[in-house]
Amino acid sequence: MRALRLWRGLRARPVPPVRALRSAVPPRPGPQQQVTAEVLGQLEHLALVDFRDAEGVERLQKAIRFADQLREVNTDGVEPMDSVLEDRCLYLREDDVTEGNCTRELLKNAREKVEEYFVAPPGNIPLPKLEDQETFLQGS
Amino acid sequence: MAAVVVRGCGGVWRRTWQRGARGPGPAPRGQHAVACNARGGAVPAGKSGPAPWVPVVGLEIHAQISSNSKLFSGSQVQFAAPPNSLVSFFDASLPGTLPVLNRRCVEAAVMTGLALNCSINKKSLFDRKHYFYADLPAGYQITQQRVPIAVNGSLSYSLCIDNKMNQMVTKTVRIKQIQLEQDSGKSLHDDTRSQTLIDLNRAGVGLMEVVMEPDMCCGEEAAAAVRELQLILQTLGSSQAVMAEGQLRVDANVSVHHPGEPYGVRTEVKNINSIRFLAKAVDYEIQRQIEELENGGTILNETRAFDSKLGCTVPMRDKEGKQDYRFMPEPNLPPLILYDAKSLPANMNHQQVVNIDWIHERLPDLPSVKRAKLVEQYGILPEHSFTLLSWLVFLCNYATHCTSPVHAGIGFLLEKNEDGLAEFFENVVKQTQMKPKKVIGWIINDLLSHLKQHSLTVKESPVSSFLLADLLNLLVKKDISSTAAKQVLAELWKGEGKTPLEIVKKKKLGLIQDQKELEQICQAVIDRQENEVMAIKSGNQKVLNKLIGLVQRETQGRSNAVVVRQILEKKLSE
Repeated sequence: MRALRLWRGLRARPVPPVRALRSAVPPRPGPQQQVTAEVLGQLEHLALVDFRDAEGVERLQKAIRFADQLREVNTDGVEPMDSVLEDRCLYLREDDVTEGNCTRELLKNAREKVEEYFVAPPGNIPLPKLEDQETFLQGS
Repeated sequence: MAAVVVRGCGGVWRRTWQRGARGPGPAPRGQHAVACNARGGAVPAGKSGPAPWVPVVGLEIHAQISSNSKLFSGSQVQFAAPPNSLVSFFDASLPGTLPVLNRRCVEAAVMTGLALNCSINKKSLFDRKHYFYADLPAGYQITQQRVPIAVNGSLSYSLCIDNKMNQMVTKTVRIKQIQLEQDSGKSLHDDTRSQTLIDLNRAGVGLMEVVMEPDMCCGEEAAAAVRELQLILQTLGSSQAVMAEGQLRVDANVSVHHPGEPYGVRTEVKNINSIRFLAKAVDYEIQRQIEELENGGTILNETRAFDSKLGCTVPMRDKEGKQDYRFMPEPNLPPLILYDAKSLPANMNHQQVVNIDWIHERLPDLPSVKRAKLVEQYGILPEHSFTLLSWLVFLCNYATHCTSPVHAGIGFLLEKNEDGLAEFFENVVKQTQMKPKKVIGWIINDLLSHLKQHSLTVKESPVSSFLLADLLNLLVKKDISSTAAKQVLAELWKGEGKTPLEIVKKKKLGLIQDQKELEQICQAVIDRQENEVMAIKSGNQKVLNKLIGLVQRETQGRSNAVVVRQILEKKLSE
């Protein structure tokens, strides 16, 4: 209890309540592109996610609309920033051997191992084609 | 698959670079299916009339950087080591680990960029290239896609037009860029148990990707360009570039089109394990594409693997549409800033600085410069300088990285004796009919090891170039075997003033020339070795080698193996 009071006292100000994710600018009803089934299939393949149902796809559409707000900003003639570290120095390390030789520790994480090798499924198993997939997309 | 017979290029002018004045004119290319003219376009005649095809070849070369530790972590870089023993937490992509750039790798890339006449980007950026594969634990590779470390360079290489190495042509290929990137781990496919075994020792090792523009037009040009790049990398020391150990990997992009029309669809050829296979793979792919298109088919934009046993390319991955790597800037690495003498900040820790000018000043002589020196200072013929230099670079490189003390010793001797050796070599070549390539072998393997054993320099050698040339001539004329030649050399070393011929006569080392005598000995061996004879007669041809060996032993090495084989085969077929 004491620790909790101490902790509360240390904070500069109270923690704001959790807010629902709302954009500062209301979304413009601009040109809305529906995400096609083909693009969805590609996304699922690239990122290994499964949008699963209409709600998942709608959430994706909302996320795209939310990100599209970036286009509102006029960036003509502005050099893009790659990283918040762009004004930092990239530290260069000397070419010395300082790590390694921890085979046993690394293999502790592996569910399966064979003689100090990690075991993985064979090659790259292609995802089932769109036609074979039993997702709701077939119905749409 | 029968190769299309090419009917020659018909009166193509070639710019030749040579000593004597020789007229232009096409030289027959013999085995090659595709011939290239000096302007870079190849014009093999097709089956369906005179519509020529122009093959276009571009290369992507990955060279493993020669460094003690990996690109972004402190694990050791070593070829053969127990699986997963050279792996740090970062290499295994455990959460909470971050990349830390290795300075040596940056220097290696700058050196290579300068040697290839590139502009070095003083500010270059790192990106992530995403794809899923078991040997890429992070799910992405850190590379330099947007702004690589070096761009817009060139590589000059030479080709011999004919098979006798008498005429050489200099060509150039543009280097699009050089970038730093991580290597992936190794996967061993175990099809019987339907699993893949992953070894991450190689994961995270620094690579330089050298992207060449599609300025080449056949397998031979590609091979020559890669060979020259290999020599440059070995001379610089930025990579050992040994293809057999996976330190140099080449992927070829091949397409064909008609002159004047846009470039055709290209295929990518992977799994090329040596320079010889590179030439074969490229030529096969060009041929395959021409045949496919002439038969009315189309070329798919696909990745194909080269099967070295069959000598052909086969489709590799099933690419469902174009692969999208979702490049994004690497958020954990600020831009890489390089300096030169002008932009060097005054009070910066010099360990944190990579100075391009400093590196430029310390670049060693490149192979082309070394060859020119060999020609100018020692009077070596240009075509010989290639052979000699390749050997010199190979040995110096080999010597610094191999563990055999004998060979290391030879390499060291080589460095100290380079001058004397070049002269010696040229003198021997001038006085013998043996091909320079073979002469080099004798000098490197035999003469040098004798010198090393007696701690002598080339100039102090008791065997003069004249004597060695004499000995090699006996070998070329097939008066003695190479085993006998080694014995003669050992005898010559004693410096007792005898000529090779005298030694051969005295020690009876000459090859038995009497056919009857040879036949008698062969028959005796056949009579004795019943089991082996039966094996051969029932189809096992390999056992013949054993019989040849036995004959050699009988004759104390004085029989010509080729002749013995002929006699044995004749007798056994009776």
